[in-house]
Amino acid sequence: MSTQIVTTDVLVIGGGLAGERCAIEAATAGHEVLILSLVPPRRSHSCAAQGGMQAALGNCVMADGDSPDLHFLDTVRGSDWGADQEVARIFADEAPLAVRELAHFGVPWTRVKGGRNQYFIKGEKVEIDEHEDTDGLIMHRDFGGTAKWRACYAAAATGHAALYAVDSQVARLGIEVRDRTEAVALIHDGENCLGAVVRCLRTGTHFAVIAKATVIATGGYGRIYGQYTTNAVINEGTGASIALDTGIVPLGNMEAIQFHPTTLAPSGILVTEGCRGDGGYLLDRDLNRFMVEAEPEKQELASRDVVCRHMMQVIRDGKGVNASFGPHLWLDIRHLGEEHVTTKLREVFEICQNFVGLHPAHDLIPVRPTQHYSMGGIRVNKDGEAYNMSGLFAAGEAACWDMHGFNRLGGNSLAETLVAGRIVGMRVADYVSGWSGDVNTSTALEGVAAAEKRSRDWLEREGSGPGVYEIRDKMGEIMLHKVGIFRHGDELAEAVSELRELAEQTDSAVLKSKAPGMNPELTFALRLKGMLKLALCVATGALAREESRGAHHRSDFPKRDDHKWLNRTLARWSPGDDEPTLNYEPVGLIDLPPGSRGYGGAESIDMSISIGEHNDAVIQGQTAAGRRDTLDRMGSRLRPGEWSDAQHGLENQ
Amino acid sequence: MNEQSRGSTPRTLTFEIFRFNPEDPESKPHTQIFELEEEPFMSLYIALNRIREQFDPSLQFDFTCRESICGACGMIVNGRPALGCKTLTNNLPEHITLFPLPVFKLVGDLSVDTGTWFRQMVERTEAWIHPDKDFDGNATEEKMSDELSQAIYEGDRCIECGCCIAACGVANVDPEFLGAAGLNRVARFIVDPRDKRTDSEWFEIVAGEQGVFACFGMMACEDICPKDLPLLEVNAYLRRKMLASRFAASNS
Repeated sequence: MSTQIVTTDVLVIGGGLAGERCAIEAATAGHEVLILSLVPPRRSHSCAAQGGMQAALGNCVMADGDSPDLHFLDTVRGSDWGADQEVARIFADEAPLAVRELAHFGVPWTRVKGGRNQYFIKGEKVEIDEHEDTDGLIMHRDFGGTAKWRACYAAAATGHAALYAVDSQVARLGIEVRDRTEAVALIHDGENCLGAVVRCLRTGTHFAVIAKATVIATGGYGRIYGQYTTNAVINEGTGASIALDTGIVPLGNMEAIQFHPTTLAPSGILVTEGCRGDGGYLLDRDLNRFMVEAEPEKQELASRDVVCRHMMQVIRDGKGVNASFGPHLWLDIRHLGEEHVTTKLREVFEICQNFVGLHPAHDLIPVRPTQHYSMGGIRVNKDGEAYNMSGLFAAGEAACWDMHGFNRLGGNSLAETLVAGRIVGMRVADYVSGWSGDVNTSTALEGVAAAEKRSRDWLEREGSGPGVYEIRDKMGEIMLHKVGIFRHGDELAEAVSELRELAEQTDSAVLKSKAPGMNPELTFALRLKGMLKLALCVATGALAREESRGAHHRSDFPKRDDHKWLNRTLARWSPGDDEPTLNYEPVGLIDLPPGSRGYGGAESIDMSISIGEHNDAVIQGQTAAGRRDTLDRMGSRLRPGEWSDAQHGLENQ
Repeated sequence: MNEQSRGSTPRTLTFEIFRFNPEDPESKPHTQIFELEEEPFMSLYIALNRIREQFDPSLQFDFTCRESICGACGMIVNGRPALGCKTLTNNLPEHITLFPLPVFKLVGDLSVDTGTWFRQMVERTEAWIHPDKDFDGNATEEKMSDELSQAIYEGDRCIECGCCIAACGVANVDPEFLGAAGLNRVARFIVDPRDKRTDSEWFEIVAGEQGVFACFGMMACEDICPKDLPLLEVNAYLRRKMLASRFAASNS
C-alpha cells in the first residue's frame, strides 16, 4: 500500500481553543488549513475551563478603574517575575478584544445587572448598586491574585461556551478537521519544519501531512502525574513530546507546574476558582477558615501556588479531614444560596451531584490540591515561533510564550488561548505568504516508515517485561510525591533516577494486546516514552533550580533568588541521551522590577545587576539560546513605566 | 450512597460488553463478560479502565474529560443511552450491559464516530452566528440583558454527546433527521438576537422533512439528556415558531 501524503499550507496540531483560533486567522488570510485533533474538537480540554476568562473591561463596580495596566501588573506578580513581561503586556492589552470577539461569535457571557446586587466579599455579605448605564455589559467575577474583579464568565462553563463559538467559526470557514488523529513526529530537516507524520486513531495506519507552517496547540501534559490531575485523559503531552524529539527545539520552564487548590476528592475533578471568587471559603477539619489568618489581605483569593501551599501545610499539621483515600479539606459555598449555586455555579452543582452525590448549597465539598496546569511548554518567541526551527509554531498551554512564568493566574489561560491563537495565527499567515521552499517527500516518507516501525516493534516485542499501565502508574506516584507542591533536592534526585529507570523499562515493556487497528494499549504505549521524557524534564529542571519561585517551591531553598535564578530553563533532548540538557536564558526585558507579590510572604534575594544591565543582556542571551528574530523588534510592545499611574491609583483607593 | 461505603460486602459486578473491531478481519460482533469488584463512587469510567488494564487491553471506548462536560462517553447502559463518566455503578444492578450508541458509525467496541455526525449537522444548519456587521475590535461590546444571555446559555449547554440521537426513534430510522441536539442547536441561534437570519431562512432549516415536524413526539431525548436540557420545550418552541412564521407569510 502506498503511503498517503496530504499537503496543506498550515497544519494545526490540536483542535482546542488555541489551535482553532490560530486556524481561523490563517484561513481568513486565505491559506489552506488542516486541523488534526485527538478527539472531535468540541471535546478538546478547552471545554473543561470553568470559571472565567480574564480581561480588563472594568464593567462592574468592583472592576471600576481596571485597566490592561493593572492586568499586566497582576500577571507579572502572579508569575513571581518568571514571565516574559513583553508577552504579559501584549496579552493584557489584547485580552479585552478577545472577550468581545467571543461575544461577536455568540458566547452567552453573563451580563451586568443594573441596580442592587448582592455579593460575598471576604466573608461578608455586601450589597452594591451596579450603575444603570452598565446594565447589559459583560459581567466580571473575582478570581485569585487580581486587584479587580476581571474574570468574564458564562456560568461555570466558560470554556465550553468559548470552544463551541470558536469551533462554529471553524465550520463556517470550512476548515478541514481530521479528528481521531495524532501527530507522532515532526517532519523536518534540522532547520525547517515541513509538517508531521500522523497516526489515524480509527485504523492505526500512518500518513504524512506536508505543510509550509506547523502549529502545535496540543495543550498540557498533566497526565504525567497519572491520575493526580484535573486534566482530561488526552492531555499526555503529545505535542511537546514531538517537539522535544527533534533534539533541537527546547521546552521552557518545564518545572513550573501548577496545582489547583480545589479539586474534588478523590477523583481530582476540577471545582472552579469561581467558587472562592464568588465568596466561598476553605475550611479545615474544625471548620476553621485557615486562609484568613494565613493571608489576611487576599484570604482565599491569593494566587493558586500560595493557596495550595497553605492547604498542604494545614494537612501536614494534621488538620485535614481523614478519609479512606487520604486527607482532604472542605470548600464551603453553602452561604451563597441555592439560586447562586444552581445558576452562576451550575456546573459545580452538577459535578457535586454526579460524582459525590452532594448538594453544594447544603453540603460541604471535599477538596484537595491536584496537578492542573503546565506553565512550561514549547519555548516560542513573542510571535509564537519555536526556537531553532523555522516554520514551527506553538500556542496555548502547549507553548511557553511565556506570560505565566512560575504561576498562572486563574482565568489567564483561557484568555491566552484566544489572544495567542490570534497573534500566532497572523504570524503564521505572514510566514506562509513569504514561504519559498522545496517540498521533499522523501523526508516525509522516511518519517512514516520510522513511525510504522515503532508500532511494529511494540507489537512484535515478546517477553516478560512490565506492562505499560504499570509504568504509567509508577510515574504518577513519583511525580505526585517527589515533584509536587513542596519539593526537596533529595526527593527530586530520587525522582530523576526512578524516572530514568522507568524510561529504560519502557524499552522492554510488552503489550498484552496485539489487536490490529488503533489498539488502545499500543496507542498509549507509543506515547509513554515521550511522557517519561517530559516528566524527566520537569524533575531535572526542578532539581537544578535551587530557589523557590511561584509554583516551584523548594523547602531546601525557600527564597526566590533574583540574583541567580531570574531566568528561564530550556530543556533539549539530544538523540541517544537518557536525560535532557538544561541551559538558561534571561526571562526577558524587565519593566516591573522584581518585588513583593502582595501575598505568599516569601523572602527573596535581590538582583545583583541593575534592570538596565539585565535588559542589555536579554537580546544577546535569548538569541544565543536559539530565539528566532521577531517581526517587530524585541521590546516594541512594552510601554515602560506606564503602569505606574495605575499602580498609584490603586494605592490611593 | 454505595452499599460498600456503609460497610457491607462489596458487590461483584458482571459487565456484558459489545465487542467488534472493524479493523480485524477475524472479529465478529459479540458480547464479552467481565467481572469486577465494585468500589465506592465507581463510575463506568473507572470500571471500564479497570477492565481494559486488568483483563483486556484491546477494549475500545471513549472518555476525555471524565467530568461530564466533553460529551465523549455516550454509550447504551442497560438499554438506555447515558454518559459513562457520570454513571455510577451503585445506581445499577449487578449485571451491566454496555453497547455502543446506535445511529453513529462504529469505530470499535463502545467507541462511535459522533464527530462526523455533529460537524455535518453544524454545516447543514449553519450553526454559527450570522451577524449583520463585521467585528469591530475597537468598540465596546453590544449590550444584552442578563436574562436573555441566560436564555441563550440554557440552549448552549448541549455537549453533543449524541445520547438523544441514539435514543430517538426517528433518528434510528433516518440518520439525516436533525434530532433533538440539532434542533436545540438551531433554537439556540434563533433566540440569539446577534443572529440576523430571517423567519423564512429559519423555516428552510427547521421545517423540512428532516426537521422538527419529523419528530414523532416520543420525547425519549428529554428523558435521557445527561445535561437535563428542556428538549420538549425546545421542540414546542420551534413548532410554534415555524407555524407562526408560515401563517404570517401566508397572510401577507
